[in-house]
Amino acid sequence: MIEPTTDKMLWMYEQMLIIREFEETMVNIYLEGKLPPEIQEGLAFDIGSGPVPGEMHLAAGQEPVAVGTCAHLKKDDTITGTHRPHHFAIAKGVSINALAAEIFGKVTGLGRGKGGHMHLFDVENKFGCSGIIGAGMPQACGAALAAKKKGKDWVTVTFFGEGAANQGSFHESLNLAALWNLPVIFICEDNSYAISVTKDESTAIANNADRAAGYGMPGVSVDNNDALEVFSVVGEAVSRARAGEGPSLIECKTDRYLGHFQGDAEAYRPEGEVEKLRENDPIDLLRDHLVASDAMSDDNEKEIKDRASATVKAAYEFARASDYPDTSEVAQHVFV
Amino acid sequence: MGNENNRELTMAAAISEGMAQEMERDENVFVMGEDVAKYGGIFGATGGLLDRFGADRVMDTPISETAFIGAATGAAAEGMRPVVELMFVDFFGVCMDQIYNHMAKNIYMSGGNVKLPVVLTTAIGGGYNDAAQHSQCLYGLFAHVPGLKIVVPSNAYDAKGMMIEAIRDDNPVMYFFHKGIMGLLWMAYFTGSTTHVPEESYTVPFGKAKVVREGNDITLVTLSQMVHKSMQAAETLESDGISVEVIDLRTLVPLDKDTILNSVAKTNRLCVADEDYLSFGLSGEIVAIVAENLDSIDLTCPVKRLAVKDMPIPYSPPLENAAIPQSSDIENTIRGMMA
Repeated sequence: MIEPTTDKMLWMYEQMLIIREFEETMVNIYLEGKLPPEIQEGLAFDIGSGPVPGEMHLAAGQEPVAVGTCAHLKKDDTITGTHRPHHFAIAKGVSINALAAEIFGKVTGLGRGKGGHMHLFDVENKFGCSGIIGAGMPQACGAALAAKKKGKDWVTVTFFGEGAANQGSFHESLNLAALWNLPVIFICEDNSYAISVTKDESTAIANNADRAAGYGMPGVSVDNNDALEVFSVVGEAVSRARAGEGPSLIECKTDRYLGHFQGDAEAYRPEGEVEKLRENDPIDLLRDHLVASDAMSDDNEKEIKDRASATVKAAYEFARASDYPDTSEVAQHVFV
Repeated sequence: MGNENNRELTMAAAISEGMAQEMERDENVFVMGEDVAKYGGIFGATGGLLDRFGADRVMDTPISETAFIGAATGAAAEGMRPVVELMFVDFFGVCMDQIYNHMAKNIYMSGGNVKLPVVLTTAIGGGYNDAAQHSQCLYGLFAHVPGLKIVVPSNAYDAKGMMIEAIRDDNPVMYFFHKGIMGLLWMAYFTGSTTHVPEESYTVPFGKAKVVREGNDITLVTLSQMVHKSMQAAETLESDGISVEVIDLRTLVPLDKDTILNSVAKTNRLCVADEDYLSFGLSGEIVAIVAENLDSIDLTCPVKRLAVKDMPIPYSPPLENAAIPQSSDIENTIRGMMA
């Protein structure tokens, strides 16, 4: 078991608080302007209205995967992510202000408002994501291939959901990464649901980690949504990748507290499921560990929580206060 | 090699020479794809590269197009300059998402922060009875998607210069080579595609069509192998006193509208000869551009389009010849327009 230092643990705790508050604040922001009577008569909800229009996929509950992984990453390591990208974007060090501004479609956003919440690109922090299921894995192979060709010890992490493990891109990429001994860590965030389809309705085996054997790479399953456990397992995979020992597949069983997207009626969820999941909240789990091991005093805790709240608040204020891009930009950036 | 000044190369050799010179110049350039290394590319576009640059820079891939074309995008985003080959354009169905949703869009969605210097090469075209899944052109389909530069050379000189230009471009470039002009020893080809190719490195800029034959009576807009069929037709027509101006588009994105419009303004007649499908494609686009400029252009007869008339490419030789426009079709069409 690889243990984080106290500083690293405190960092993970604070990042989880920031992510949770960022996501849960967005729940309400997202609803602004989308409900009657402000919208077309007869509608209960209008996805295209309000300051944050379009789809919104939030990751509250999945924080341990992001922080347990990103705790091992350096600026030069690459992430390719999914349509649910805020948690690992924040943990990777992407500017939370530019992230929030992009979600608001503002010119100060990561993509000057051209990408939106599923398409975030930060060249400096080597972060990218895609709205297409399973699409990040091939590109992760390419990033890792580039690192190898450049003779660097950079690693690439690619996140994907358990639904994406049934895409051809998953299988093609695992084979390619193993064949070429690429420094890729494949991290499957198994939140049990591909929108409404449960894993046992979609997947022939219980653990996607077992599929690693078919490609000759290690596969490990982390079953408890515990940031420390994720930290330990990912740490080993990152060390292997940096040492030139090739790719790994890690499956993290985690929990999606909110709908697939906001506005999802979640009729597919058993009653009371989320309340039950929240009883074992991973942020509380890490907090209790920090307190029990005397790594965090009450004063420390308050200071961290206040700082996290202020960070999120400032990000959303920045986003709201920023300008929309001028429409003259619409034809720019098709090519560089 | 004989007299250096007259050195001629096949288009295949010119393409691989362009790649080789860029690989010499920039260590970030590498080549990958199916059968590009030991085999040298099924159509010869990467011939000789493995021996010269080794397996680290000339990489055979598994038959996993989503993985390796996506990997090319990922490597390009990290500053490499991959040249990636997919054997036939017809195979893009298995990996289209990585091309049109990622390679084509990531620059735009990043607000111009991401650069993607990737060249995607592929073989196009029929004429050798390979039937519906190995004979298409499809460049119009990719030209329709914003964010991809579309390059379609017709001869060895252009092919080398445009390959070097493509590799140096920070944007994704799709490079389409027609099998029937590569100069292969195992497939009949239009010998006009084998041309003088300077040994030194040079570029052919994108967005500049070439008037390959000047004429006064009619403008014939074409590209790729169809340039050679058009030239045959133009020569025959010349002996009958019809003067055809033949324009080789060379690139679809960017498209050189000015050369087309200037020519049609001079000749007052337009015919488009294309090997892609007829409807909703390249030929319609060229005609639309002229139609949008009828305030400054007079047409003395209706425009005509020659293309594959909206059927899959058939196998049987007489059927394939009927489906794909031939020199005689161009000739007859133009005679009709001049009547």
